Amino acid sequence: MLKTLLSGDYPRSRPLTVVLLLMFLCLALGPFLFPGTRAFSTLGMICVFVIVVASYDLMLGYTHIVSFAHTMFFGIGAYGVAMTMDAMGKGFAPIFIGLGASLLVSLLLALLLGLLSLRVKAIFFALVTLAVAFAFLSLVTQLYHITGGEDGLRVRVPRELGPAFKPFDGELRGFSITTFLTGLFTDPGNLGEVWRESVFKARITGRDLMYYITFFVTVGVFLFLLRLVNSPFGRVLQAIRENEFRAQALGYRTVFYRTAVVIISALLATLAGVLFALINRYVNPENTLNFELMVFILLMCVIGGMGTLYGSVVGAVLFLLAQNYLQDVLKWLGGGLEPGSLLAELVGPERWLLWFGLLFVLSVYFFPAGIVGQLRLWAGRSSSRKQGNGDDTTAAGEQESGNKGKDGPVVS
Amino acid sequence: MASPTAVLETRDLTIQFGGHVAVNRVSCAFQAGTLTAIVGPNGAGKTTWFNLISGQLRASAGSVHLFGEDITDLGVAARADKGLGRAFQLTNLFPDLSALENVRLAVASRHRIGHVFWQMASKRRDISDRAAEYLRQVNMLHRADDAVANLSHGDQRKLEVALMLALEPTVFMFDEPTAGMSVDEVPVILDLIAQIKQREDKVVLLVEHKMDVVRSLADRIVVLHNGELVADGEPTEVIASPIVQEAYLGVAAEAEESA
Repeated sequence: MLKTLLSGDYPRSRPLTVVLLLMFLCLALGPFLFPGTRAFSTLGMICVFVIVVASYDLMLGYTHIVSFAHTMFFGIGAYGVAMTMDAMGKGFAPIFIGLGASLLVSLLLALLLGLLSLRVKAIFFALVTLAVAFAFLSLVTQLYHITGGEDGLRVRVPRELGPAFKPFDGELRGFSITTFLTGLFTDPGNLGEVWRESVFKARITGRDLMYYITFFVTVGVFLFLLRLVNSPFGRVLQAIRENEFRAQALGYRTVFYRTAVVIISALLATLAGVLFALINRYVNPENTLNFELMVFILLMCVIGGMGTLYGSVVGAVLFLLAQNYLQDVLKWLGGGLEPGSLLAELVGPERWLLWFGLLFVLSVYFFPAGIVGQLRLWAGRSSSRKQGNGDDTTAAGEQESGNKGKDGPVVS
Repeated sequence: MASPTAVLETRDLTIQFGGHVAVNRVSCAFQAGTLTAIVGPNGAGKTTWFNLISGQLRASAGSVHLFGEDITDLGVAARADKGLGRAFQLTNLFPDLSALENVRLAVASRHRIGHVFWQMASKRRDISDRAAEYLRQVNMLHRADDAVANLSHGDQRKLEVALMLALEPTVFMFDEPTAGMSVDEVPVILDLIAQIKQREDKVVLLVEHKMDVVRSLADRIVVLHNGELVADGEPTEVIASPIVQEAYLGVAAEAEESA
């Protein structure tokens, strides 16, 4: 059962399994573990960006296609649904019409880009996607009467997905992990009190419904991608990544496969964009189309580990947590320091980008294959050490070799 | 020259790189059930001719025909699909995948399941079993799970051959299949080639420097020199001809000594 769900592609590292299970539980029970609107929106963003990064990994990690147009497809989804709802009003019909229309637009654009990828070399393909993405960005900013320009669009979701809607009467209890952990540190002697403080009343609204829709779509997409990369199709992608010339000589029309990957990846990014618009309820060029966002997606993919899919979960979670909470951590750190001192200046909350960058450099230094890639590498080494020269060395060899290919995209 | 029963034929096949004519108006037809050795000194255009036939290079002039059909404008993948199999001279595999996975890719291509994305690859036991069978044929089954990058040169050459076998082509193109193999490995590959030759519907092309191998396997020898076809015929006849003495035999004698 589990094997079928995960398509036989397990995390293959004990620490990684633990981390992934924790992340899964936190996301699955999120609204009942983390009170507050900020935590809620972070949870939603994590789900959305797992789709975005995982679909990007399909291109970058599994096929070595470097594209800078991923945010464009994300934006097409977000704007597609926002603009349809802007024009047609509230309701579920505009959502599905917007979804369908943006998927269609993405399909056509991705088909064009994909067919282009056979004509030009990798680096030129990357540049073309960059140009197309920028063109799309300026198009959206210029056509302000339908897109809202820089101001963006507010998305008025149907009542059933909004805060005013209560699917059932009564309240559920939530248990705030953050309150509990803080209490555990500050007041360890008084566990009963801490426990009672941590329990909060969770009001279930339409927003929670929207969150769970997003969560389940994310789980579905992730399992679909796991299946995809472990299917015969996925094997051909690996073959193309390793040696495109040879893949062709075996009779694989690599153009078909590359185009298919670009299209699948684009459609999933579009789907993520639609979810983003509905859960964030506000769409503008900065939060959907910006080049900075594109770089962030790339970073999440690389930090997590390219070509592993699980890396996209780890990368998205860590990155979004750092982006949203690093300032608070710094504020907390600086709290005990003398104001005005050099140290206090260094950990000032406004310096968060500096620390953010430092964290990234460190993660690339210590996890050159990405977090997931490196954990698997270590797991492979320790298991081969334990087994000596026994039969299991092959498994370790496979894992190691599996990671070798993820050093980076080869521009050929 | 053209014959109605030819499986593969090149007509005036030519390729130019700038001013250099690497293959010059080579016309040659190959019948089913034959093994043709292609000999000639280094730089004679043997591999380039192979590249023109299998589609890695596009001809400047002339044409390639498979079962009478003009395939000159087809790409590499389409030609492979139509039955042109090729084992490369410089080993050309998927280095980070296991030996078995390499062959499985070839079997999957042959069975046209490359587009299947809803099924787990590991569930296709039929594909794995076939792939294992081809590995066994080249004496490589014990290395099935090893990454290709960790295999010896000779093992990689054998794997090259296994990949071509797995494609089950009509035309088998071997480009110095035994180069770099250890002495005890060579007979395995030569036996395989001899077996393929037994099958009536197959065409085997063999670029080979070792004259003893050529003599024992070939039904016919084609000699290339400076990109031109200079001799073509029965092995004994060709080896004895003056043009071969002049163009090639010096090299051949050396190769024989070293073999």
